[in-house]
Amino acid sequence: MEIRFSEEKMNKVREIIARYPEGKQKSALIPLLHLAQDEFGGWLDVPVMDYVASLLDILPIEVYEVATFYTMFNMKPVGKYLLEVCQTGPCMLNGSDEIIDYIKEKLGIGPGETTPDGLFTLKPAECLGACGYAPMMQLGKTYREHLTKEKIDSLIEELRGAAAN
Amino acid sequence: MGIKLLLANDHIEGIRYYETYRKNGGYTTAEKAFKMSPADIVEEVKKSGLRGRGGAGFPTGMKWSFLAKPEGVPRHLVCNADESEPGTFKDRYLMEFHPHLFIEGLLISSYALGSNATYVYIRGEYAWIPDILEQAIAEAKNAGWLGKNILGSGFDCEIYVHRGAGAYICGEETALIESLEGKRGNPRMKPPFPAIQGVWMRPTVVNNVETLAAVVPIIQMGGEEYAKIGVGRSTGTKLLSVCGNVNKPGVYEIDMTCSVEEFIYSDEYCGGIPKGRSLKACIPGGSSVPIVPANLLLKTAKGETRYMNYESLSDGGFATGTMMGSGGFIVLDDAQCVVRHTMTLARFYNHESCGQCSPCREGTGWMYKILKNIEYGKGKMSDIDLLWDIQRKIEGNTICPLGDAAAWPVAAAIRHFRDEFEWHVKNPEESQTRNFGLAHYADPIHVPASA
Repeated sequence: MEIRFSEEKMNKVREIIARYPEGKQKSALIPLLHLAQDEFGGWLDVPVMDYVASLLDILPIEVYEVATFYTMFNMKPVGKYLLEVCQTGPCMLNGSDEIIDYIKEKLGIGPGETTPDGLFTLKPAECLGACGYAPMMQLGKTYREHLTKEKIDSLIEELRGAAAN
Repeated sequence: MGIKLLLANDHIEGIRYYETYRKNGGYTTAEKAFKMSPADIVEEVKKSGLRGRGGAGFPTGMKWSFLAKPEGVPRHLVCNADESEPGTFKDRYLMEFHPHLFIEGLLISSYALGSNATYVYIRGEYAWIPDILEQAIAEAKNAGWLGKNILGSGFDCEIYVHRGAGAYICGEETALIESLEGKRGNPRMKPPFPAIQGVWMRPTVVNNVETLAAVVPIIQMGGEEYAKIGVGRSTGTKLLSVCGNVNKPGVYEIDMTCSVEEFIYSDEYCGGIPKGRSLKACIPGGSSVPIVPANLLLKTAKGETRYMNYESLSDGGFATGTMMGSGGFIVLDDAQCVVRHTMTLARFYNHESCGQCSPCREGTGWMYKILKNIEYGKGKMSDIDLLWDIQRKIEGNTICPLGDAAAWPVAAAIRHFRDEFEWHVKNPEESQTRNFGLAHYADPIHVPASA
């Protein structure tokens, strides 16, 4: 895969950089890492981070130290669907442990593992700010809330169907 | 019914879109504000008694008046939308359903502070909200409320949404500033405070989403009128996000005059505890504030009714009281285990420590390990004292308040629920099959007769 944004994405990159004062383009780093992760396979491989460094005219190490700090940046490949189930206090009070156990059992994977077909990665997460709608998970750019075992069943079916098409 | 200011238009369909918001009186307060001087707006906010709604409760008007204004140096308003304190999801609600109220608050505040470029730092996980905000910003700009020479005032303002990437620590204002500069979220040593040297070393004010939204009703009705709502130094209204074991979890606006009991049991708010269970404990202001048993939640140690406001919730200090904090109201019923709940919070703080200060970096992991042992029947009696000792050595010994935030929940759990911890240690097998239950945590408190 060639690591290079399309012209359309480059326009977005320029728009993001323009939000910050002249010479402070490093401020665009986190937004650009989001773009890069979405664009280049769902995780940040070293060449991807080096590419982002070149776009911002900063040192690669400045990108590595930031990418490794923030939970949302994946430092290794993940499945097509990353199931990030919140396990902090308020979700625990509403049964998040059972939801995590159910997913483990159903998909045959442990925390941080990916199914052999490359579709699902399970990642127990810390508070995602949906405590009143617990238990819940983050799936891509959206939240799935008020989870039950039945909802997990239909969600996995839905995602398998989407991946097949 | 209590007074509603921020959620007054909650029932209006389409209020998240410009046309509907405008038809319902939206941006008329901005019109009023642009006829006032920036200094007058700061004065109204001071008079209102508004306290920061992110958790610390610092007077907003005072924070604004600290902002340095050196000649020729741009200054910035940065909105802290990094809402990450477990139990807290009120800012999400405001941004998702009332984006124009929020933008109007940002606009008036930017004008008051002289910020031509204002940034909204939103937590990365709220990934769909930047789209909502950017659409609302575009609508507002289209209608002339943002951009150059707003309403012919000569004032220019742009609002930019900046998405983080998953780090609780970025809710601390100097960590947020570092992150906005494209760095790791390591809090800065203070001084200098952001008001003197903040983002890009320019004078900066960092305020919470709800705080900035509250500026709209304050300017609309005037600071003095706003200060009449509420009680004492708890002025205005406060958003509470309720979760855990209640019938009606969600976001509520209160005017800080209702009792805790009314808040939990009335149908207007939480609607009581589900499944006929009893209230065991509560963390009323986000996971960092002290957990209190049912009896100390509903009444103070003096036997007086406790109310939903800053002063009453903290009555008795940490010995018998708690805090209003961020308004993340977490309710535990009698089927819940305080040891397990505290363990999850310790895991959270361990995960979220930035690693800069050793008491927090090492202490949070150590506390989590010990709590895990106790929870899983492998604890020793001496572990409880060790936990107490560790939290004491974290508190106050770190650059930022994350250390305190990690220490307090452990301290309060041991202070009020020590017998539940001891029961776990003494009954390692039984504690794996059942919970300690309600025990005496809702019993009436013995109030010593005054002399």
